[in-house]
Amino acid sequence: MHYHVIDYLQQAARSCPGQVALSDAAAQLTYLEVMNTVSRAGRAIAAGLGQTNRPVVVCINHSVRDVLAFFSIAFSGNFYVPIDPGLPAGRIQDMVDTVRPAAVLTADPDQIPFPAGSIPVWTLEQLTAGAPDGPEPWQSAKDTDLLYVMFTSGSTGTPKGVAICHRSVIDMVEQFQSVFQFPEHSIFGNQAPFDFDVSVKDIYLSLKVGGRLEILEKKLFSFPKLLIQRLNERRVDTIIWAVPALKIISSLRAFQRDKPRYLRDVMFSGEVMPPKTLAYWREALPDARFVNLYGPTEITCNCTYCILGDQQDPDAPIPIGKAFPNCSVFLLDGGEEVREEGRLGEICVTGSCLARGYYRRPDLTEKAFAQNPLCDVLPEPMYRTGDLGCYQNGQLIFMGRADTQIKHMGHRIELGEVELCANGADGVETAACVYDQDRARILLFFLGTCQPEQLLAVLQEKLPRYMLPNRICPVTAFPQTRTGKIDRRKLLEFAKERTTNG
Amino acid sequence: MDKLYQILHDCCPDIDFEHETKLVDDGILESLDIVMIVSELSEQYDIEIDVDDLVPENFNSAQAIYALIQRLQEEQ
Repeated sequence: MHYHVIDYLQQAARSCPGQVALSDAAAQLTYLEVMNTVSRAGRAIAAGLGQTNRPVVVCINHSVRDVLAFFSIAFSGNFYVPIDPGLPAGRIQDMVDTVRPAAVLTADPDQIPFPAGSIPVWTLEQLTAGAPDGPEPWQSAKDTDLLYVMFTSGSTGTPKGVAICHRSVIDMVEQFQSVFQFPEHSIFGNQAPFDFDVSVKDIYLSLKVGGRLEILEKKLFSFPKLLIQRLNERRVDTIIWAVPALKIISSLRAFQRDKPRYLRDVMFSGEVMPPKTLAYWREALPDARFVNLYGPTEITCNCTYCILGDQQDPDAPIPIGKAFPNCSVFLLDGGEEVREEGRLGEICVTGSCLARGYYRRPDLTEKAFAQNPLCDVLPEPMYRTGDLGCYQNGQLIFMGRADTQIKHMGHRIELGEVELCANGADGVETAACVYDQDRARILLFFLGTCQPEQLLAVLQEKLPRYMLPNRICPVTAFPQTRTGKIDRRKLLEFAKERTTNG
Repeated sequence: MDKLYQILHDCCPDIDFEHETKLVDDGILESLDIVMIVSELSEQYDIEIDVDDLVPENFNSAQAIYALIQRLQEEQ
């Protein structure tokens, strides 16, 4: 029985100390080296903070150091909050204001992306300089203690911090392993950034099987020739990527010359997989196992899976499949469960996979993690995904959103957050955002005297690049629905007509 | 060249294509930008950008991209 993710690390360090655990373009570390670093740094953090269950920000740069920082913080009995220093300052400030970190871990103390004030700022070098003694708080932690907080777009205008505890991650790891049986010492090619929960699977599944986490830098995904070379050089056999990363390969027709020769498992999640993309990959890798995974950050990575058989109908949607063990996934319409085929319902989840909530946001937590209406005898929290689904041949199919949340460039975006940000700009009276799915473009329309360039500049201060509208158009009036709301469907039609007409 | 700037600006309105010369090396262009740009260029100029042409040198500046387009058009 595991209560803490450091259990996995300790076990691997005992059973395969010489095995490479972490590697990137520049460095590689064995399990023994990782354990030594983590137990030194972890004790130093524990001694420095003198407390447990406090948030520690990690300024990430997609390297082995990030993962060492995560493990060290977990070892110290605290939890990590990965922050990408490349995000706009306003957004980082929102995150910092929400978590109020107790300390910051960074590779470069001169480049902290927010005013640290009196918060201690540490590098791994400083933390590992001392002797490996002092407390080992993780030993006395409980499995409902937090492991990390990760942020996701919020329609209220500020990002929400999803708080995940050890039990949920251990549950995810154990269920993935029971279903997929990854061989010992598998080599996981990590694509997802560390502030994105897709990466949680790479990190902890790799620990579980004494495997190797090969961190693939972002640039490789722009130039697939280099990416394939690297996958082959490092003999990567397992990839669990966001769908857009697989789309990059197929839309650039990257397998023209060379293919990844060692891939055994290709798993994907994050958005709907286009059948064409899947067909391209399967043709190149006929012997690999392909798995569609589904689930929002709030339920710790994924709650359903579908192992794709050979007879996939190219015109049919790819199912999200069925629930992982130890987790219930069902459809609700009103307060009632939908069981019949073809009828739409909201996808709802219960189980150990549920986040503990949105950090310091009891209002949002209460709304999203409400009482399961199917259970009237005891409290049971249930996560409402906001995703719609239906059953087809017993398999769950994803059917879109109940609101204006979109998936764009692999990110989950609330269009309402973009609108709120635009509405806050000087010279903007009303703004409305629509998403052109076919061309993957975010379009922002606004009433007011502001210049589009000015408005873009305002948005850039607050929103990450992937949330910026691809086009900002002033309008003199908005089309309206019968109830007097902005007619977003008409707006989108209008925008599409304009693009096709030149 | 104006047409190219228009296309690039359309894909990534927040990037200063007129002046940047290290679009890839400085991490300004991300992978999904490249995909979007490559697909727009293939369509608008009726060219095929081969996997061997997808190298950082060809995408560091608007000039480099322009040179790539011209070469591919001549080769056709």
